[in-house]
Amino acid sequence: MMLMLILSLSVLVAASVLLILSRDTLRLVVGLAMLGGAANLMVFLAGRPGSVLPPIIAAGAETLPAAANPLPQALVLTAIVIGFALLCFALVLIANLARQDARQDSDALRANEPVATDPIKPPVMEP
Amino acid sequence: MKSGSVLLERAAPLLYWAMLIIALAILLRGHNEPGGGFIGGLVAVAASALLAIILDPAAALRRQPLAPLRLAMAGVGLTLLSGLPAVFLGLPYLTHLWSGGWSTVLLFDLGVFCAVWGTLTGYLYPLLEADPR
Amino acid sequence: MLLLLPILIPLAAALLAALLPARGQQMIGVAAALAQVLAAGTLLAVLPEGGRVSLMLGNWPQPYGIELVADTLSAALVLVSALLGLAVMLYSFGRDDQESATRNATTTPLMLGLLASVAAVFLAADLFNLYVWFELMLIATLGLLVGHGSARGNEAAFKYLALNLLGTLLVLVAVALIYAASGQLNFAALQVAGQWPDVAAGLRPYLGLLLLALLLKAGALPLFAWLPASYPVLPPAVLALVGGLLTKVAAYVLLRLSGQVFAVHELWLEALGWLALLTMLVGVLGAAYHWDVRRILALHIVSQVGYLLLGIALASPAAAAGTAYFAVHNILVKANLFLIAGLMFASAGHYDLRHIGGLYAARPLLAVLFLISAFSLVGVPPSTGFWGKFMLLREAFEQERYVWGGGALAVGLLTLYSMSKIWLEGFWKAHPEPAASAGAIPLPAYAAVLLLTGLILVMALYPEPFIHLAQVATAGFWHQGSGT
Repeated sequence: MMLMLILSLSVLVAASVLLILSRDTLRLVVGLAMLGGAANLMVFLAGRPGSVLPPIIAAGAETLPAAANPLPQALVLTAIVIGFALLCFALVLIANLARQDARQDSDALRANEPVATDPIKPPVMEP
Repeated sequence: MKSGSVLLERAAPLLYWAMLIIALAILLRGHNEPGGGFIGGLVAVAASALLAIILDPAAALRRQPLAPLRLAMAGVGLTLLSGLPAVFLGLPYLTHLWSGGWSTVLLFDLGVFCAVWGTLTGYLYPLLEADPR
Repeated sequence: MLLLLPILIPLAAALLAALLPARGQQMIGVAAALAQVLAAGTLLAVLPEGGRVSLMLGNWPQPYGIELVADTLSAALVLVSALLGLAVMLYSFGRDDQESATRNATTTPLMLGLLASVAAVFLAADLFNLYVWFELMLIATLGLLVGHGSARGNEAAFKYLALNLLGTLLVLVAVALIYAASGQLNFAALQVAGQWPDVAAGLRPYLGLLLLALLLKAGALPLFAWLPASYPVLPPAVLALVGGLLTKVAAYVLLRLSGQVFAVHELWLEALGWLALLTMLVGVLGAAYHWDVRRILALHIVSQVGYLLLGIALASPAAAAGTAYFAVHNILVKANLFLIAGLMFASAGHYDLRHIGGLYAARPLLAVLFLISAFSLVGVPPSTGFWGKFMLLREAFEQERYVWGGGALAVGLLTLYSMSKIWLEGFWKAHPEPAASAGAIPLPAYAAVLLLTGLILVMALYPEPFIHLAQVATAGFWHQGSGT
């Protein structure tokens, strides 16, 4: 179980780094989403997984048997929700970018940082 | 954007209501068992997405209680309000109060439900409308 | 409850504003900012000197609950950010005609959301909560960058998203690893846990990751490219809020974590000091190249973050007090300069210095206001920048860090170059296209700039209580064990 988690974590991180290094906007966003998934797995692993028992003290009992750690689960859930919202935003954003410029190449995004033609002075950016 | 299948177009509104009922059931179930506002909200989004894809976004919009942005705002507002009763009893903000089967947690969950439903449909409809197909 | 008001007021106002038309939004914005100022001011006033107030949300006990803590440092910074919020809300009051191309119905709610999340970062007392509010700051800023969905807004948002999302994900990974190594997320608990030598040693690599992610968010040297790529598309009021606050928030978190919570290794502090020096230099040299006022000021943000990092790297209570004073100075002055840049655009018709001029003759009051802020940024005595830099440099020379201190002085001179460029080209020389100069400045916009300038002048001419406050706020810093 632990080995599987660690292996999937490594694969996720490796794949996301590969995708993030791409110039294609969609790949970059997918890579960031995968890195988010890897980060969530990391939070989960940080809570020492092992038990699947819910951390609920039975009626009348004083102590909790070896139960799952609820804190990382709460943290992961929060992080998933936030990551989900950001992923949605990023997808809409790159869809709009693709409508403006079909190349979907992040190097082609130069409207804000135009290439200088004058060797000394920067180009004028219209307000 | 019509799907072209009469069966789907006829069944979609029925499926929509069925899925909404399931979403509400999941929301209420979250009180003591797995479930809750977030998952219920996602099911509701799935229901709206079904309508929006099979019929069109306007049809899905008509069957939502509020427009996406307002729905999301109302949801966040509910979650903020759910913490207030505790303050009047001198307890820290967001301390949840229970009385019988009712609680301020339910209000919080309902807020999450609306926020998820509103936010995600708000992302979805413009994307579907802009679809070149 | 008082602790929560600076967060809840803008958040509730943002919800309300989203449902109102433009005029109502602006009124709600000003009212909410004013209420936040009052709440934050009361919070600072009721705090016992050097004491702290804490609140456990939801009444959950210590290791599980989310704690909010206000001490003098965080309460003072909340107050400053609220004052800045008031200024930018005033500035945008009644300006929908001139900026209609860059403003829309979500601008005011998102600005309020940003104010709420910034206040929450200042008040957060555990790492995960910190991450959550950083993400909310990111979302609000992205929404502001996109604005109407123009090509340039989308592009800026994309560049901002790519690097900043990476930064927040690194924060999350670091938080997970720190939790795994220590079993704690709360600042106070981490401080206690870090006193065990083996826990401290186990934390060290993860702490490095966290600091790296925060340096990205602060706009430190190798990772600041997102800042000049995205900030210049924002309309002036939003630019003042975003540019004034965000990098400083990350610097505050760096100060809090390295000065109070964790024991940072000496070698890292040494590296941070050199990085700070390079950040200052690169930022100011980049600004010297540009002719667009917004870009000049955006690159000066990078340069000024260098000073804050220098203060953290010096690792002493005196340096921490200097950093706190400098952060407050920088938030106010930088935001004021962005607002003045907006007024320059409104009266001269362009942001590029090659296309404007004659502002001294046309608007003498604006010229005086610009000079006050520009001299503060440079650090001419007796300005706020002078006191801030004096505190930092004295500490640097006392620790015999002559290169760091000398570098900071040289950067001050280069800052003077940029500011005199804006003065000579924008205010002094004649307007190249005299017919183009027009545009009245509405009264609320002047009021906003006057408010910030007044604060800067009070802090400059009567610095003693502010310096005392900064010393009280950072009194407990750098005592958590000497860099094990």
